[in-house]
Amino acid sequence: MATIEISCFEVWREISNYLDAEISPEMRERMEAHFKACAHCNAVLDGTRNVVGLVGDGRLFQMPEGFNKRLYKKIQGVP
Amino acid sequence: MPANSQLRTNEAELIKSVCNGKREAFYELLQPYERMVYATAMSVVKNPADAEEVAQEAVLKAFANLGSFRAESKFSTWMLQITYNEAKMKLRKARSHLYESLDDQQQTDEGDYYPRDFADWRPIPCELLEESEMRQAIQNAIASLSPCYREVLILRDLQNLSIKETMTILGLSKATVKTRLHRARLLLRDSLAPGIDGSWINGQDYRKVRSW
Repeated sequence: MATIEISCFEVWREISNYLDAEISPEMRERMEAHFKACAHCNAVLDGTRNVVGLVGDGRLFQMPEGFNKRLYKKIQGVP
Repeated sequence: MPANSQLRTNEAELIKSVCNGKREAFYELLQPYERMVYATAMSVVKNPADAEEVAQEAVLKAFANLGSFRAESKFSTWMLQITYNEAKMKLRKARSHLYESLDDQQQTDEGDYYPRDFADWRPIPCELLEESEMRQAIQNAIASLSPCYREVLILRDLQNLSIKETMTILGLSKATVKTRLHRARLLLRDSLAPGIDGSWINGQDYRKVRSW
């Protein structure tokens, strides 16, 4: 059976769910068929994937120096 | 025993010890989540000094109330829920001096999304995070998101929490978590795709593709 085509617009709506594997197998198949043919949606997909990777990188958020020391001191101070 | 249940058993023991007066056990319990507590606070209050204060208050509250923790949720979820509430409270206090009530002034725009352009952003610039100006650019982009998007993004993508944990901590439905995460990611892509000064890597690998 042929995959039912979907529009770019529908693809954008599901891109985040696609990355999180939160879509049905049918939808995944349709989107994958679309990505093969559409450079624009591919660019949006790659960009979004990159964003997820960058935000998840441990180097992004560094705790202030001495944070845990001060925190433990606070706990120590509880009567 | 799977790592997860091992962790929970271990945590349950630590909690018992704390409740029996062993304060050091609380350090051990908390230690793996310090960063998460801080990042969660940062997702709401945005500046490091306030986030640290919120983190400290949340931790002290958790310490004082550990006896009321029921193992229905994970310790980390409970801890982050307290942190999130503390951060909201801090924000509310700060704002009450300025305005009547801007609390929960959540700008939600959950209508349809159109990408701003189709920047071709193939090269994964993860190594660029070594550069502090790059980190700063990403942090600024995150900070410029509306709070409702930033909070979900930080819990899901920065801290890698599950949809379910995010729902519990923020008190949101599954559909709302998904929609807000989706919007947050696409907005970030819009602001980061062109890179700093329009190019990630000397402009060489950056191509702009516009259909209009």
